[in-house]
Amino acid sequence: MNWAILKSGIESAQTRGADLQRRLRGLRRRLLLLLAVVGPGLITSNVDNDAGGISVYTQAGAQYGYTLLWSLIPMTIALYVTEEMCARMGVVTGKGLSDLIREEFGFRPTFFVMITGFFVDLANVVAEFAGVAAAMEIFHVSKYIAVPIAAMLVWILVIRGTYRQVEVIFLFACVLYLSYVFSAVLAKPEWLDAAKHTVIPNLRADSGYLLMLTALVGTTIAPWQFFYLQASFVEKKVGPRQYRQARADVIFGSISCMVVVFFIIVCTAATLYVHNQRDITDAALAAQALIPLAGKWAGTLFAFGLLNASLFAASILPLSTAHVICEGLGFEAGLDHKFKEARIFYWLYTVLIVAGAGVVLLPRAPLWKILIFSQVGNGIWLPVVVIFILLLVNRRDLMGEYVNTLTFNIVAWVTAIAMIVLTLILTYTSLFQQAPPPAG
Amino acid sequence: MELYATELMGVKTYDVQGNYVGRVREFFIEPAEAPNRISHFLLSRGHFQPLVAKHDQIASISSEKMQLNVSERALELYQPNESWLAVQKDLLDQQIIDTRGRKVVRVNDLDLTQLRTNGNVELRLTQVDVGLPGAVRRLLQGVVPWAVVRKLQTKLPQSYIRWEFVNLIEPDPLRRVKLRITHEKLEDLHPADLAEIMEELSASERQSIIASLDEETAAAVLGELDARLTTQIVEELDPEKAADILEEMAPDAAADVLADLSKETSEELLHEMPGREAEEVRELMEFDAATAGGMMNPEFVFVSESSTREEVLEWLRKQDQSFDQLDTIVLLDSKAQYSGAVPVVRILLAGPEDRMDTLKMEPLLSLPPEAGEKEVFQCFDKYNLRMLTVVDKENRPIGTIAVDDVVSRLVKN
Repeated sequence: MNWAILKSGIESAQTRGADLQRRLRGLRRRLLLLLAVVGPGLITSNVDNDAGGISVYTQAGAQYGYTLLWSLIPMTIALYVTEEMCARMGVVTGKGLSDLIREEFGFRPTFFVMITGFFVDLANVVAEFAGVAAAMEIFHVSKYIAVPIAAMLVWILVIRGTYRQVEVIFLFACVLYLSYVFSAVLAKPEWLDAAKHTVIPNLRADSGYLLMLTALVGTTIAPWQFFYLQASFVEKKVGPRQYRQARADVIFGSISCMVVVFFIIVCTAATLYVHNQRDITDAALAAQALIPLAGKWAGTLFAFGLLNASLFAASILPLSTAHVICEGLGFEAGLDHKFKEARIFYWLYTVLIVAGAGVVLLPRAPLWKILIFSQVGNGIWLPVVVIFILLLVNRRDLMGEYVNTLTFNIVAWVTAIAMIVLTLILTYTSLFQQAPPPAG
Repeated sequence: MELYATELMGVKTYDVQGNYVGRVREFFIEPAEAPNRISHFLLSRGHFQPLVAKHDQIASISSEKMQLNVSERALELYQPNESWLAVQKDLLDQQIIDTRGRKVVRVNDLDLTQLRTNGNVELRLTQVDVGLPGAVRRLLQGVVPWAVVRKLQTKLPQSYIRWEFVNLIEPDPLRRVKLRITHEKLEDLHPADLAEIMEELSASERQSIIASLDEETAAAVLGELDARLTTQIVEELDPEKAADILEEMAPDAAADVLADLSKETSEELLHEMPGREAEEVRELMEFDAATAGGMMNPEFVFVSESSTREEVLEWLRKQDQSFDQLDTIVLLDSKAQYSGAVPVVRILLAGPEDRMDTLKMEPLLSLPPEAGEKEVFQCFDKYNLRMLTVVDKENRPIGTIAVDDVVSRLVKN
């Protein structure tokens, strides 16, 4: 009798154990599935926080304290909505954005999108190398040493590395953005105040405030990122069955990007804004100003964050641009081709890096004008790209059951139009305002 | 004279009385009739319904005008037809497979040649332009005079594919039949080349190619393809077809594919496979992929150690199998235990009466199925092996690992 009870007890414990084991295995399997897909969304969103972006966030915190933090939540949504469509297209069609534009809209539209893309991205690359130069000057390294070394590093990384290795390095670079978290903590901000301003919108009718808001949106959502995101999902060979994991990756990326922005704004708000140093116009100056206010570490970490972000974006932009252009126009592209087979690809890639780094080294380079050009270019290019995305993602013959739902379409069009209007305002002010506009 | 598809788009058309009919907006090939002849021209007339001119109604054609040899009333109204291949919609800007260059390329333009017969002129598609001249033409057509474009393009590096070597990609199986698209040309490619081509295509295109290949070729291609893609393709295939393909694969490769699928799918497929093959694959799936057991192929050639060269050759000749990949034979003793391995070259050079055990390699090497892949790699490296035998606890051979398995593992790591 006792034996029987004991036996059944053991049996039930065994089945429970087996059940737990099975569930754990299920969890592990799901986690592995997720990890196999994660990367593109996280990397793309974080690359958004590049040299130009960090400058804008710095100014936002320095000039307006915590009062702009509320805009981060709608921006996260906008980032997610637009990136998700590209991720979905990549996963479902298995083709890059430039491929789809070419196949559905023909040669000429593709050509003009690609040519604009080239010049806009070139201006962006210049901005990234300028970021490297500025950050290294804080560490007392001359730009004539720092920039060529950075350009070489970028070149070697991409030419010698495989997609997997490069992705691991990029994911590691994403982690390094945490330096801004530490920097913010060292700045001893009013956390409660920051939290309050994050949740409660605070819209002011002051023109400088509105302009800063526009700049925040304009720098966070750059057109080239859509091409990169979609291409990485295609290159990673993520299929429709892994769409949910891909979407999780995009959500996680959008949120983590905004978390970093939050800490940068908090850091500068707690120091520069509080101590009335509100006319700081770029991230490198901010890092220097932080040293007396929040200690050497806070400033160093801030500068390090800038260096990381600039290098990170400088490695992705030229490669992504060369890829996108060659794919759209039908030239051989990709690092697994030899130089002879993919001449145009390698030339574009090299020109972007050499010209990008070279301009920064010119003694009296018009860096300011190039920054404005990159911003204006992004502003002109963005509406075109977003409209192409929306048209493509609604094509049932391409997307099948994965076309936008009505609700998603409404959200997407509202987001797109809001983004387009804001960037056009920013473009207009960058072009016609006398005062130096925020860089991006 | 040569003409280009781009130049013909928008050309004004006149009928036999010299009346203006409309502009050419599209033209079609009807592959069921002739594989490269332009069979129909679509003529748009503003808001009137478009007309269609047939190939035998064309008197002359140039990049400036098209002259019909009938009056406008003889033309039919345009009806969409699935069995016509539309040059603009289905070819320009789309990806095709260059079966000779073994790669996927994008069509920039098409080259046409004129063929004069009694009362009309026919256009034949000769080659596909995938290079700069086509791109420049597409960009400048209508903006710059065509004479200038023609002059410019002669200075550019050219890149063409003859129409015979073009393999179209059409995901819809019904349309594929209507357009007479076969993948015979693809079956002639090496599976590794075909796998590389497939990696550049979209998911539905890959699916359509695999579905149309014979099982043997499909199995060879899946074996060469990136593991993620293989999983995606097998998941989407009809289970019966998938099981047929898996059956054609080497058991170790099939086990690798099945191990990546969900439990339900792999069970379903194993159920569809014949009992013996399924059993072999099931046994292999028990082993961890990163061990000798996970790498081995359970199908190998073994003979008795006491047999002579002549007996072995006689036996090999009788087998209904290809031994192209065979380079080592496993020897068994009287207790069916592993006694050694003989390279085929030694058999080749031996006398007809030489016994197998006199030819075997020293030292006697084998690994248990639990041995890690690192141990396998070291063993191959140290003894310069081309094949290694895996034995169970009773020292009975259960499979062999070939050097190509080792190489592909190393490349993947």
